[in-house]
Amino acid sequence: MRVTRNVARWLAVLGVLHGIVACAGFFAPYDPAEQDRKSPYLPPMRVHVVDGQGHFHARPFVYALRLREGAFDQYEEDAAQSYPLRFFVSGMRYRLLGVLPSRLHLFGAEGSRIYLLGTDAYGRDQLSRLVFGGQVSLLAGLLGAGITLSLGLCVGAVAGYYGGWRDDVLMRLAELFLALPWLYLLFAVRAFLPLAVGPLAAFFLIVAVIGTVGWARPARLVRAVVLSAKERDFVRAARGFGATNVYLLWRHILPETGSVLLTQAAILVPQYVLAEMTLSFLGLGVPEPVPSWGNLLSSLQQYSVLVSYWWMYLPALAMVPFFLGYLGLASSLQERGPAYKIGRRGLGSLT
Amino acid sequence: MMRYFLRRLAHAFLLIIGVSILAFLFTTLAPGNYFDEMRLNPQIAPETVAALRAQYQLDRPLVVRYASWVNSLVHGQMGFSFAYNSPVAPLLLVRVRNTLLLTVTATALAWGIALPLGVWSADRLGRLPDRMITWGTAALLVIPDLALALGLLVLAVRTGWFPTGGMASVDFENFSLLRKWRDLALHMVLPILALVLSALPLLVRHVRAAVAEVLGAPFLLAAQGHGISRRTLLYRYALPAAANPLISLFGFSIGALLSGSLLIEVVMSWPGLGPFLLEAILARDLYVVIGGVLFSTIFLVAGNFLADALLYWADPRIRTESGSR
Repeated sequence: MRVTRNVARWLAVLGVLHGIVACAGFFAPYDPAEQDRKSPYLPPMRVHVVDGQGHFHARPFVYALRLREGAFDQYEEDAAQSYPLRFFVSGMRYRLLGVLPSRLHLFGAEGSRIYLLGTDAYGRDQLSRLVFGGQVSLLAGLLGAGITLSLGLCVGAVAGYYGGWRDDVLMRLAELFLALPWLYLLFAVRAFLPLAVGPLAAFFLIVAVIGTVGWARPARLVRAVVLSAKERDFVRAARGFGATNVYLLWRHILPETGSVLLTQAAILVPQYVLAEMTLSFLGLGVPEPVPSWGNLLSSLQQYSVLVSYWWMYLPALAMVPFFLGYLGLASSLQERGPAYKIGRRGLGSLT
Repeated sequence: MMRYFLRRLAHAFLLIIGVSILAFLFTTLAPGNYFDEMRLNPQIAPETVAALRAQYQLDRPLVVRYASWVNSLVHGQMGFSFAYNSPVAPLLLVRVRNTLLLTVTATALAWGIALPLGVWSADRLGRLPDRMITWGTAALLVIPDLALALGLLVLAVRTGWFPTGGMASVDFENFSLLRKWRDLALHMVLPILALVLSALPLLVRHVRAAVAEVLGAPFLLAAQGHGISRRTLLYRYALPAAANPLISLFGFSIGALLSGSLLIEVVMSWPGLGPFLLEAILARDLYVVIGGVLFSTIFLVAGNFLADALLYWADPRIRTESGSR
């Protein structure tokens, strides 16, 4: 019982995290592409409750930032101007979950713009870009994992159920794919696809690449499950009653693979989110101005940014809870008895 | 014994051939090539572009290109780099050396740390050291390696403790031999740290699981009863018994470290295979990409081969099994 509750708990954590990203328009104060050219590389604003005179304010507030005297990129707080924080304010238009038109935002500052994670080179709000970028990265991970698992399921089912030469060919091919270091393979496949494409095309392109490259491991796991399942008594009985291959596979054998696929999903999704991040970080993935977790960090490749604007690194830390959620889910799924183990050789996240 | 290794070797060889064919297949599916951009340039005549394409055999069918590539591979060239106007092999070898320097050191270090940590953790299962190690590895596991590498870089920039990129200082050539070594070591610290930290958690966890499984075995209880010291018990008796899955893991870990080093080399601008490959991809320098992928496969196959050899050496069961066949 305790284990199932663990799974449920991690699922709830992941649900909340994904909910925040799904409702990005509400939680992000601004549009991710909106530029504020007058304030590039603004450091994160601090939220205060005590002002310069030591007075306590019930409503949190931020100070305006102004250029330090004689500097061109150093900002300091201007204690003369304070802007109270407001919740549930009306701001830029967006569509909640892509359908509901709305203007409601979780928070905003009265009389000023508020940048809790600072701004980038074009004065775009990093927090908004982070939340909206999550939509791209997480969707890429989820879709990619979906593709991989369906491919793996089909290949594994055919190889395991029909056996013979199909099994031989498919498993040799799987070995070939497993033999390549994963990131190299991803690179190579990406290398031979068009580079200069629009954001939407690029997104589906990398989802397809990430999804197809990893099919071999789930296919092997599914094959193992199918191999043992097709010798079970109830399957033989069904066959004896004249059940067709397709019926047997669909009704009796594939449901057995559910737990393996679920565990694999919990391992694959974060791995694929990371793959999308890596590709976009290196400029092979989703291009600007669409934010993604990868291209949010790509400005750190410039030495000047690394030296002067440390807050550009903050988005990297915001991803940790997501990875934690998936790791927790994967390990609590694996705890559910021997049937759910992926085996020591099934090192899902290793290569 | 010879047969066992010959079979493995033949298997590895077939695998490498398969990968090279796969890579070539992808190149025919690829839209565009290195000379496409020239076509947009009004100053270059279409005939010139066509002549260049013909010179590099890009207008020939796939089979012909593959055959001529194999031919150049035999002659130690691995095709021709359009961007560098030079055979691929010498270009790649320099980068491969740098990448190997990183991955071999990182593999050795990661295992050197993971083994004692894992054994210690398994020995104190459920107690304070074990719990601390479990939490530590979990914490490392949830930090994506991109974030880890960038974080180390930010840290290095802000503290100024380590050089933050490249492989050598600007005036490297003028250093004395000792200073050259020191300089190289200093430059290696950050990428190695990032690699080891990203590989460590999985290794520690597997060592812990494998050793913990063995520790309950009756023969160890018997050995304990004979009054053998704890350390001898753990490292002389338990670890070899738990070695089999770990040796397979060793083969896998090389692949993982290779993939990891690809990214970390780019982030830390280490002049290895990673940045070179990325550059070639962006320029559509086809043979360099194929060469890079091929080299990575060879590393991985070599790693697995090494693991097989280790397994053969460590496990008498495999020796007799393959001998009788």
